[in-house]
Amino acid sequence: MIKTDALIIGAGPTGLFTAHQLKLIGLDCEVVDNLDKIGGQCIELYPHKPIYDIPAVPECTGEELTKNLINQLKPFDIKFHLSERVEEVKKDNINWIVKTNNGKIFSTPNVIIAGGVGSFEPRKFPVKECEKFENKSIFYSVKDKKIFDGKTVAIFGGGDSALDWAVELSKHSKVNLIHRREEFRGAQATVDKVHALAKEGKINLFTKYQMTSVKGNGQLESIDLKNDDDEKRNIKADYALGFFGLIMQLGPIANWGLNLDKKTIEVDTEKFETNQKGIYAVGDICSYPGKLKLILSGFHEGALAARACFKLARPNEKYRFEFTTTSKNLLKRLGKKE
Amino acid sequence: MPKITYITSDAKVHEVDVENGLTVMEGAVQNDIPGIDADCGGGMACATCHVYVTEDWFDKLPKKEDGEEDMIDMAYEPKKNSRLSCQLIVSDDLDGLTVNIPSKQA
Repeated sequence: MIKTDALIIGAGPTGLFTAHQLKLIGLDCEVVDNLDKIGGQCIELYPHKPIYDIPAVPECTGEELTKNLINQLKPFDIKFHLSERVEEVKKDNINWIVKTNNGKIFSTPNVIIAGGVGSFEPRKFPVKECEKFENKSIFYSVKDKKIFDGKTVAIFGGGDSALDWAVELSKHSKVNLIHRREEFRGAQATVDKVHALAKEGKINLFTKYQMTSVKGNGQLESIDLKNDDDEKRNIKADYALGFFGLIMQLGPIANWGLNLDKKTIEVDTEKFETNQKGIYAVGDICSYPGKLKLILSGFHEGALAARACFKLARPNEKYRFEFTTTSKNLLKRLGKKE
Repeated sequence: MPKITYITSDAKVHEVDVENGLTVMEGAVQNDIPGIDADCGGGMACATCHVYVTEDWFDKLPKKEDGEEDMIDMAYEPKKNSRLSCQLIVSDDLDGLTVNIPSKQA
């Protein structure tokens, strides 16, 4: 069990700056994120899109903003738990016991949810029966490519993941690549490679086709396809892979007894606390009258939630407001000479 | 104000007035019409404001940018007449537009 003063759920810009604020006022914190990298939506959805409304930063991309926030955390020792999703939050006396999907357990008086619009999960096939085959013969990511050797694999999607795996698996498997239109949006070099392999007969291309149903008894056996003109095909398949990007899901947060408003969590504007004492929500995931879904609002919300955490983490101490320009305490924590 | 008609997957018809300059997505969200999630808030980054445009309207709408078609690849059950409603800006030209909201966004 990991004990900490505050646990932050979400490593996007708001979560990162909240960590900064916690460490600055002398509290420990740990950060959990379902993605395999730090940065949240900024990194996953728009790493190369410029942002123009960060105060004092005229222009920066999602990736640059993330890099700068990570740099700002350099003086501090913060443990990140990536590729972990928080599943359960339960009260134990005065502390919250937080469990992740990988079995990590935290004990903390403060949980700060900086979860954006929820956790990123792979988008799945719309066909309902696919669930029966999921993780057996239908996958949304590749963990062990050896299982496909000598098999017939149907790959769905038109982006880099679909194309890269079509090229890679075509070496040892029979690959069918299915996409809803003729244009692919992957890197041009990979698109060219796929077309070349298709010409050689190493990849079967089914463009303008989509899945309508899957057939099989325990194991996947075949897939029905249909194109825009209602022409139907049935293709044999031992495995199907779907690469339709990621979707944000509120996920288990919905079951933690918090007051929700659609997909957001209601908070007060003094501590950004939810209806549960010691659980806060900051950034895009919180709602209150006048809420703006801007990164700068998340920074403000995190700064106030961090001060609220102090009271529960250090009940016998009094929090004193200080400036980084003048406080010896703060400068010491930042690793600067007084 | 232009009238936009949203038909939800339960065949309910929601006819609302939407101010010029707003997007068809915003028209749905502001009028509490269910089925349009718009997770990314209109940044063409998530495909959860996906709608089907009725055939008579599809060709009259401004053409898709490249990025929109790429995002529609990710949408739940995309069709020929799929659009992202965050990219449809309401104007007098769109008065009477009807869109069908899919049963799910993901």
